[in-house]
Amino acid sequence: MTSEKLLTAGASPHIRSGSTTRRIMLDVIIALAPSLAAAAVIFGPRTLAVAAVTVGTCVLAEYLSRRVMKRDNTVGDLSAAVTGLILAFNLPSTIPLWMAAFGSVAAVVVVKQMFGGIGQNFVNPALTARIILMVSFPAAMTASWPGAFMWRSSADAVTSATPLALMKDGGELPSLLNMLFAKSGSLGEVCAFTLILGGVYLVIRRVISPVIPLCFIGTVAAAMFLYGLASRDDAFTFMIYELLGGGLMLGAVFMATDYATSPVNTAGRIVFAVGCGLLTFVIRIFGGMTEGVSFAILIMNILVPHIERLTAPKPFGYINEKKQKEASKA
Amino acid sequence: MPPFSVKTSGVKKNLRAGVSAPRNKNTAGLETVRIPAPRFVRIPMKMHIGEPCSPAVQVGDSVTVGQTVGSCGAELCVPIHASISGRVTEVGNIEMPDGSICTAVTIESDGQTRPFGGTAPPAPGTREDFIKAVRRSGLVGLGGAGFPTYAKLEIPAGKIDTLIVNAVECEPYITVDCRACIENPGDVLEGIALVRDFLKIKNAVIAIEDNKPGAIRSLAAEVQSKGADGVSLITLKSRYPQGAEKILVRSAAGRRLAPGQLPLDVGCLVINVSTVAFIARYMRTGRPLVSRTVTVSGPAIREPKNVRVPVGISISDVIDFCGGFSAEPYKIITGGPMTGLAVISADLPVLKQNSAIIALPEPKKIIPESACIRCGRCVRACPLKLRPTVIESLTKTGDAAALERSGAAICMECACCAYVCPAGKPLVQTMRLAKRMLSES
Repeated sequence: MTSEKLLTAGASPHIRSGSTTRRIMLDVIIALAPSLAAAAVIFGPRTLAVAAVTVGTCVLAEYLSRRVMKRDNTVGDLSAAVTGLILAFNLPSTIPLWMAAFGSVAAVVVVKQMFGGIGQNFVNPALTARIILMVSFPAAMTASWPGAFMWRSSADAVTSATPLALMKDGGELPSLLNMLFAKSGSLGEVCAFTLILGGVYLVIRRVISPVIPLCFIGTVAAAMFLYGLASRDDAFTFMIYELLGGGLMLGAVFMATDYATSPVNTAGRIVFAVGCGLLTFVIRIFGGMTEGVSFAILIMNILVPHIERLTAPKPFGYINEKKQKEASKA
Repeated sequence: MPPFSVKTSGVKKNLRAGVSAPRNKNTAGLETVRIPAPRFVRIPMKMHIGEPCSPAVQVGDSVTVGQTVGSCGAELCVPIHASISGRVTEVGNIEMPDGSICTAVTIESDGQTRPFGGTAPPAPGTREDFIKAVRRSGLVGLGGAGFPTYAKLEIPAGKIDTLIVNAVECEPYITVDCRACIENPGDVLEGIALVRDFLKIKNAVIAIEDNKPGAIRSLAAEVQSKGADGVSLITLKSRYPQGAEKILVRSAAGRRLAPGQLPLDVGCLVINVSTVAFIARYMRTGRPLVSRTVTVSGPAIREPKNVRVPVGISISDVIDFCGGFSAEPYKIITGGPMTGLAVISADLPVLKQNSAIIALPEPKKIIPESACIRCGRCVRACPLKLRPTVIESLTKTGDAAALERSGAAICMECACCAYVCPAGKPLVQTMRLAKRMLSES
């Protein structure tokens, strides 16, 4: 039974679960696909052009920056493609394509690769790129949200106020059905239904744990409902519109759950998500802006190392040791 | 009839972390078969964790089954016995699976299986005699670690109130403990009774995973017919690493081991089920540990089997007995695939503590190591609540104080973290490195 090939040695374990970074990222892309399709229906084919530009630029930027930095090519892990897709979701479908490309470069080169690449960035690349674009090009990014299905009608009336702006400034709100399936806003946030669908897929595939989305959305819901009770008659409707309006679903399911910029332990994740929810509430209600999800997540991203340090689980048996010390003192 | 309970409610605390690796217990229904005496055996002088034994025989000596071929008086050492009868042809060095060099006695078979004349049932009268007898039997923990059993029993009387018999067998593929429960439930209960009687242990708990209904039925039936007061059977959810000592002490007795504590510090004694059964057989027959059952399995083995083999038989002889390879072997593992050792040659001998020989073909896809994406899977998988990804970065920065706080020292290398890692990180080596850095600082 002599075999010509040498046996392979190596440390345990000798079997692996088979999960890979690439497969995880592919799952995220699959989870995002229905929302992209919905956006294409709601805002027209230009949606796909924006997504193609952001994905293409992100992948190219990842490839080139790794090359310049003399690091191995990581395009194959698909994380750059995910960043591109999520960035597209954060843009209005009317955005000039060069701005979309600019945002992509900022996300991948500045936020991600300059800090060491995948897993090392301390803020969410797509989210930070959205904020960079909002600050750099406020007109293109916030003043002109295209309305749902307006691409089919006349070319003049292409913009409409987002539901959150309407709630803040007054105006007739879209129906609940529209809130769930097609409202105005950035191209990826408008169909809450497909976003939730994607989230369910990710939870089933065990790519994300439901802790962050549930705590995030739950905190916003509770805060908005209590605020609604105190300030207006229709507290429940108010809460529903706050949940479905704006980027909460997109942020809670796809951006707050970003591995690199959220805590690794469950207790930390709860603190992080509740913090995201509270900040979203505070910014939306008391801030000057209509939308607070991006800044809420960004601020909590920066706090992640501290949250992790404070919520670190006690290793097995360590609690006993402490108790024993106390017991021996007493 | 004394009360005997088969209870799932007896589980004090369930394991939530860990992993649900495919079990592949395809040999669970296969009765143990005895392998014909091989042409030769090579018996290493170190199959326990203490100092190696020194050979007690010389080249040219004629030996019989059960005759002492290696002895040592140091702590944590047990004697080593000839596993076949024949002539000693060589006393030389071999490289062990862990890479260390060790003296080994090679015995060429005479074709017969002549037993050693000097064996008699030890019939111990006192606790001390019992422990001495267990030591003379050459017994080490048959579950895998090679800790001499006598040393586990050397505890002050009255300090232990619970004997935990580990029949969990949570590693994939291995079914030797399961077969021990099915084939020799009488030995298991007799062994438990002996240990309890001599060490004055009040309770005994047999812990087993719920994926072994045959073994559970067999043990329950044995108790029904014979009666065993104070023995209970708890079934644990099938999940790796349920059988790890720390986890088991918590789930069976509800006690938690602080860092550095042993089960005896919390009044528990944990013994593997095959080990307990051997104690009963030894006290009955006086035949020392010269053979053991191994599960031979894995996708690269043609006919997976449970085989009773003499200690020191070469791995390749055992695999040949199981029809040889069905695919080019990539790794041959002694022990389970989660914690076992990958050997570099199939010519190495089977040791006392090897519970399995697993042959794996080359995986279709080998995940190359890539950057940590902070997915947190390792953190959720760790049964000891460590954060392997954090410990990994601490080993890189060399922050000894933070490493100390991280708790890396308690890692038991169950390999759950590396099993789930999508970045293909060798986290077990990382944890070993961390422990080494801690012991050196």
